[in-house]
Amino acid sequence: MSTTMALPTLTPKDLASDQEVRWCPGCGDYSILAQMKKALAGLGIPREKFVFISGIGCSSRFPYYMNTYGFHTIHGRAPTIATGLKLVRPDLSVWVITGDGDGLSIGGNHLIHAIRRNMDLKIILFNNEIYGLTKGQYSPTSRIGTRTKSSPLGSIDTPLRPLSLALGADATFVARTLDVDVNHLTETLKRAAAHKGTAFVEVYQNCKIFNDGVFEYATDKSVKADNVLYLQHGRPLVFGKDRNKGIRLHGLNPEVVELGNGIALDDLLVHDEKADEPTLAYLLSRMVYPHFPECIGVFRCVERPTYEDVLNKQMDDEIARRGAGKLEDLFASDETWVVE
Amino acid sequence: MTVLNPGTTRSTGEAPVLPRPPIPVEEIGEATIRLAGDSGDGMQLAGTQFTHTSALLGNDISTLPDFPAEIRAPAGTLAGVSGFQIHFSSSDIHTPGDQLNTLVAMNPAALKTNLKDLEPGGILIVNSDAFSSADLHKAGYPSNPLEDGSLKGYRVFAVPITKLNREAVAELKLSPREADRCKNFFALGLVYWLYERSLEPTLRWIQTKFSKNPSIMEANTRALKAGYNYGETTEAMPVHYRVSKAKIPPGRYRKITGNEALALGLTAASKQAGLPLVYASYPITPASDILHQLAELKRYGVRTLQAEDEIAAIGAAIGAAFAGALGVTGTSGPGICLKSEAIGLAVMTELPVVIIDVQRGGPSTGLPTKTEQADLLQAMFGRNGECPVCVLAPCSPADCFHMAFEAVRLAIGFMTPVILLSDGYLANGAEPWLIPDPARLPKIPVQFAQPHAGSNGAAVFHPYARDARLVRPWAVPGTPGLEHRIGGLEKEDITGNVSYDPANHEHMVRTRAQKIANIAKDIPELTVTGPSEGDVLVLGWGGTYGSIITACQRAQRKGWKVAQAHLRYLNPMPRNTGEVLKRYRKVLIPELNGGQLRLLIRATYLVDAVGLNKIQGKPFLVSEIEAKIEELLRC
Ligand code: SF4
Repeated sequence: MSTTMALPTLTPKDLASDQEVRWCPGCGDYSILAQMKKALAGLGIPREKFVFISGIGCSSRFPYYMNTYGFHTIHGRAPTIATGLKLVRPDLSVWVITGDGDGLSIGGNHLIHAIRRNMDLKIILFNNEIYGLTKGQYSPTSRIGTRTKSSPLGSIDTPLRPLSLALGADATFVARTLDVDVNHLTETLKRAAAHKGTAFVEVYQNCKIFNDGVFEYATDKSVKADNVLYLQHGRPLVFGKDRNKGIRLHGLNPEVVELGNGIALDDLLVHDEKADEPTLAYLLSRMVYPHFPECIGVFRCVERPTYEDVLNKQMDDEIARRGAGKLEDLFASDETWVVE
Repeated sequence: MTVLNPGTTRSTGEAPVLPRPPIPVEEIGEATIRLAGDSGDGMQLAGTQFTHTSALLGNDISTLPDFPAEIRAPAGTLAGVSGFQIHFSSSDIHTPGDQLNTLVAMNPAALKTNLKDLEPGGILIVNSDAFSSADLHKAGYPSNPLEDGSLKGYRVFAVPITKLNREAVAELKLSPREADRCKNFFALGLVYWLYERSLEPTLRWIQTKFSKNPSIMEANTRALKAGYNYGETTEAMPVHYRVSKAKIPPGRYRKITGNEALALGLTAASKQAGLPLVYASYPITPASDILHQLAELKRYGVRTLQAEDEIAAIGAAIGAAFAGALGVTGTSGPGICLKSEAIGLAVMTELPVVIIDVQRGGPSTGLPTKTEQADLLQAMFGRNGECPVCVLAPCSPADCFHMAFEAVRLAIGFMTPVILLSDGYLANGAEPWLIPDPARLPKIPVQFAQPHAGSNGAAVFHPYARDARLVRPWAVPGTPGLEHRIGGLEKEDITGNVSYDPANHEHMVRTRAQKIANIAKDIPELTVTGPSEGDVLVLGWGGTYGSIITACQRAQRKGWKVAQAHLRYLNPMPRNTGEVLKRYRKVLIPELNGGQLRLLIRATYLVDAVGLNKIQGKPFLVSEIEAKIEELLRC
């Protein structure tokens, strides 16, 4: 038997806590939980180095079900607590679990600021376009006309597009995936984990109880190929059951075209997740069913120093330049005098 | 130079008499002066320099800056007046002084807003160049007070400061605007002469401050010297004054404001606890200076975060505490409102966080630059649910150092949020600080939960198991074997799992309250100065200490049986508080609010305390407290 130190090998089961999972049967959250455990188990990171921080809402119960460190905080504020944690412990793998209400409504401010600072956080936003825990009010991502108890005549506010918002805050990693596409979900979580900086992932998540089927166009096998477009870096934007449709740029706007009749692959937009400017990613984030296929995959993945690294470097540089601070110097940092 | 009241000063209208006798120096025990002008006139700077010089000279000092909320209100208006008051003495003092001996007014608006505080017969120095009819009109003077006899009761020195200052810097070919910027130094120089202060400390400061701008350095230097020489050579003033060194405990001193002392206290506490300090804050008057101070201290292991809002600031502090660091946030009353929910989270998760509230006039935006003590009940109760926290309040600018240290000690020792109630008066007021020897500062013990040795996972970690004082363990992410989940939902006793059990909830509510009550065993008893029993006990808290102790000392000197006690620990209160209160026939509680401590004292100890309540955005005058004591003794 080998006695050498090996990377800890975790199984998804090792990451399951002893708490009973209490989401409604059929909720999309179950799949996200399962894929998360699968994705993390393979990373070679010991269990105690993971921290899950959430706000309030159905999704925010997530930390209780992970046998890692966890903090179920208050509504919308998870990014702030994760930020404080990361300032002190940049070595930890910190995951923020939030929803469309938690992250985009009450906590919108914190979300954009965590992203613009490029804190090394993995922010997973479960978007079900509804408030589940408070029993079914429309949310900031609900489509116009959504009828709920608080919008009996249909909601009238323009929905936020989470990825457009993240890109507007200069997110360095932006992706979208689906609760039911388990392989894509796992791969996306792994890519988020590998990204150094804020990784913002929107997961289309079905709320079985209050908004069932709202993403059916993207998940139903019989129609999804025509309604979603899987992004691949460096590849033209092609979709459709017969892979015969694509996205072309017309002026500054995208348009759906059919291949053939003088339109070749070369005419299509080519995905570039590493583009310096987020313009292309933003354009893709604005494509919405039914006028366009909705993009799934990594929209943007670029490098920028993280806030905590720059802060810690400032501290190191100061110490290198002026020496580690001593209290006697600090106390005497203003003019002093002696009373005999 | 115009001498308006020849009765009290020597006329200079006559031909000079040679040889000139030296201007006499009169020895006085103490003096209070105020420099007042437009907020663009640099009065805060001049006041700070005067304070600094006086401290270096060995006086005891106490200062009170007073500035408008607007950064630059329209020039010359009453709203734009900025003042800086300094009380300096050859004996121990505790307040910035009730009445002014000398007032410098750089314009009519400054004269109008400040004259009421000048003692009868006091010295009034005015910049007579700023009394044009337009200036008078802006300040709402129907006639020129320098000419209409309304200043008859004062010793008035009308000095053409603008003109003299321009002449002093003429050779430097500055623009008139740049030249006029130096006139605060001219005025300062004149006041230095009046009170026989050395120019050296300020000259040194000018050298460092303007080292990159030699012409401004030279201009300020010349202005300062010109002001001084004007006093010395023109015989404008018939006398000048000397305030000798104070007899204060030996040691090395520096001048310190409350906000500076908080920053130093937090940094010292972080060193003594061996924990990194994370200070997260959103800019707000009058707390921002703490953030500025700490942002400079990166090489002391201090991390600062200018958060996106007040909630984010406390969120980051809580996150830092969860990570095993010292998490601190600072704000003023409106910010505390925003942080309330998160303070509740820190209570529920029992994490050590220090929350500084530099109180200002409220409610709402209130009086951002003025002082008040009206957040006590908010600190005590301003959260949903039964949500006790430890509440402390420093009593003087220098005491802010000690109480910041205490806040950290108790937060860590009891795994609880601690609210530290400073105020605008303490924050910006300054006094000499006897610099402590870092080697003699106490250590703050920190005990993290230790990793579980065995890797078999048999032992289960219980995040809500408690020690004898009811304190739960601090288990830091990254520690193998201690993986656990905390949050804002009610905790099951011991395991910390979510629990909706009714009996468990009551048990946990009572446990959290008892844990805070247990702090009383770990803090000093309430001490009394003056008779140990008698007619009147004056009980105060926070920044009113200086006025209260001075009033009580005066009363005691008159032979009155008046005692004084001051609460720096407000929740819990010192364990002997109730017993102390019962030893006096009457308890007087002066507060800069509507009676918040009085409400607590009456409710807790059933003592029929009497209030003295002032809500004007200003500290108490000593005389106000003295008068109230006298009134109580009479009835
Ligand atoms: S309410 Fe909807 S989102 Fe919440 S647990 Fe139930 S199914 Fe899931």
